[in-house]
Amino acid sequence: MSSYTENELAKDLENQEYKFGFTTDIGSDTIPKGLNEDVIRLISSKKEEPQWMLDYRLTAYRAWLTMTEPEWAHVHYTKPNFQEMAYYSAPNQTKKYESWDDVDPEMKETMAKLGISLEEQKHLTGVAVDFVMDSVSVATSFKSKLAELGIIFCSFSEAVQDHPELVRANMGTVVPHTDNFYAALNSAVFTDGSFCYIPKGVRCPMELSTYFRINQAETGQFERTLVIADEGSYVSYLEGCTAPQRDENQLHAAVVELIAKDNSEIKYSTVQNWYPGDKNGKGGIFNFVTKRGICDTNAKISWTQVETGSAVTWKYPSCILKGDNSIGEFYSVAVTNNYQQADTGTKMIHLGKGTKSTIISKGISAGKSQNSYRGLVQIHKNAHNARNFSQCDSLLMTDECGAHTFPYIECKNSSAKIEHEATTSKIGEDQIFYCLQRGISEEKAISLIVNGYCKEVLNQLPMEFAVEAQKLLTISLEGSVG
Amino acid sequence: MITIKNLHASINGKEILKGLNLEVKAGEVHAIMGPNGAGKSTLASVLAGRSDYEITEGEVDFDGIDLLEMSPEDRAREGLFLAFQYPVEIPGVSNINFLRTAINEIRAYKGEEPMSAKEFMATVREKSALVELDAKLASRSVNEGFSGGEKKRNEIFQMAMLEPKLAILDETDSGLDIDALRIVAKGVNTLKTDKNATVVITHYQRLLDHIVPDFVHVLYDGKIVKTGPKELALELEEKGYDWIKEEIGQ
Repeated sequence: MSSYTENELAKDLENQEYKFGFTTDIGSDTIPKGLNEDVIRLISSKKEEPQWMLDYRLTAYRAWLTMTEPEWAHVHYTKPNFQEMAYYSAPNQTKKYESWDDVDPEMKETMAKLGISLEEQKHLTGVAVDFVMDSVSVATSFKSKLAELGIIFCSFSEAVQDHPELVRANMGTVVPHTDNFYAALNSAVFTDGSFCYIPKGVRCPMELSTYFRINQAETGQFERTLVIADEGSYVSYLEGCTAPQRDENQLHAAVVELIAKDNSEIKYSTVQNWYPGDKNGKGGIFNFVTKRGICDTNAKISWTQVETGSAVTWKYPSCILKGDNSIGEFYSVAVTNNYQQADTGTKMIHLGKGTKSTIISKGISAGKSQNSYRGLVQIHKNAHNARNFSQCDSLLMTDECGAHTFPYIECKNSSAKIEHEATTSKIGEDQIFYCLQRGISEEKAISLIVNGYCKEVLNQLPMEFAVEAQKLLTISLEGSVG
Repeated sequence: MITIKNLHASINGKEILKGLNLEVKAGEVHAIMGPNGAGKSTLASVLAGRSDYEITEGEVDFDGIDLLEMSPEDRAREGLFLAFQYPVEIPGVSNINFLRTAINEIRAYKGEEPMSAKEFMATVREKSALVELDAKLASRSVNEGFSGGEKKRNEIFQMAMLEPKLAILDETDSGLDIDALRIVAKGVNTLKTDKNATVVITHYQRLLDHIVPDFVHVLYDGKIVKTGPKELALELEEKGYDWIKEEIGQ
């Protein structure tokens, strides 16, 4: 009898394994552990950065020294020892790739294991991919095709060299180096990331995509992403993340800044599958990320995230709705299993008139995990007729997991309309039995029910990634390593 | 088709079925009637394989297979269908996706190729017309926001799509108005062949005006205590169950 019981499901879930837990034996150039001003100077000089960039780093570092680690999130973990970490690790190649064919075969294999066959994607999906391994960008495909439209899509380091004026004018304007502890640390030690600029009136014809991977042991990954959509432009951007299985915790502290000028739109989608630790809660990635976007008049920023990985996640992709009639959206699925902890949500800051925001958050908790939604909706006094709709749903898979919702609403304008809906439900034995009775296996039944539950969010993802995300949800929840 | 011998089943230590015997042959329609709490829905749940029930004694042969040894999904794949008394809602999963998954899982079990999208859609159109189910309902989430009548028609629609050998209708008539009842009955009658069989569990005789049974069984206190022709249903409607209790000496 394979009929569904809570215990059997719980056992299944425990046994799930992480399929991206391999390491790639690529020589890497890693600087010694520890953090001080000399290390920052070393990173900067290795990257042949201009003086202003080094100054920015040092200012951020000095600010960081005065800050303390935030403790308000509903997560518990041993704080990282920042002197026991290496802050720079680059795959050991000095030469720049002229074309995809020049890329190290072993690195290509890594990408293939991740399910990103660049060749295939080039032909089938028309996705331009930037691949960041241990914080260094190793391949950006499709560059020349994009260049014809004036679109810049490259690694952050390249942008610092080739487009310093754009980087200098915009970096830190959305997430200042003083924003929070981890943003300050990132600003001091970031090694690479992605940069994207869409010129006025240009609709980017393909999805832009970055894959982040932590390969090296005892390194942190600190990447930065800066996306600028100039007036009337449009871009859809996707990031995916994986890391090898390791017993120690590794830190990922990224900063993402989005700038949407008048009448532009940025759609930013994340499929995050960092190593979550083993079933006893050993190892895994600490994912402490600051993501924020700013909207000018009539602009729109839409964050979509499917979060299945990491031991601890602390992340609130936010929108500052500065311009009148600008729109912010946040669609999130966060799955936690075993001992994973997630404290995630969004901030919608309404400054302009007629600004609108939508928040759809779906949490799924399994095993002994803790899943929290934390969101802020803030309506400032000049934001006449601002509107917000929030919906936060939690689905519990076992009796031992937890789901928490922390909504904060601050409203200083009486013309605002704010709606908040929240539900918590347990996956229904009745639903599963109904599926079984129609000949559907228990695994497929759970997958159907969970995907149905997340549908509003998955629908926001670009087609090719929605399929990937569905598979990921199924894998994280079923124990059927595929 | 199905032979049930001396079936005993309990839930939370309380015995509900107390030695039930029943035989249903291909081509037949059987009605099971009985007062509240007699064990009618328990019988349906036990046959479908709900894990809440413990089978303490007895055997069930389903076309040569030991039904009680099979998982619920395998029972379904072997052709046992239960039209639920309370159909379950599955938000975000379209009826079409749900049925297509079911059909292809059943086909995979039988070693058959998945049904093509074209054939599937043609079947959906044909079968939804049978129960006068709005095509829009087929693409809505499973039972979500359906009226009571729509849910029951949707059960018969699923039955039409899956073409089971043995269909058990668990109080499919409850909560139906007379038009919906007629539509549901028409669906069941149209699907009837000499290769399949139907067991109709009901409280009321009126469904049996539309779905005419070959046999009527009275289930009382966990056992079939009386079996008769379709006229037995009329007699029950008229006289209630007390005379049966007297007849069996209680």
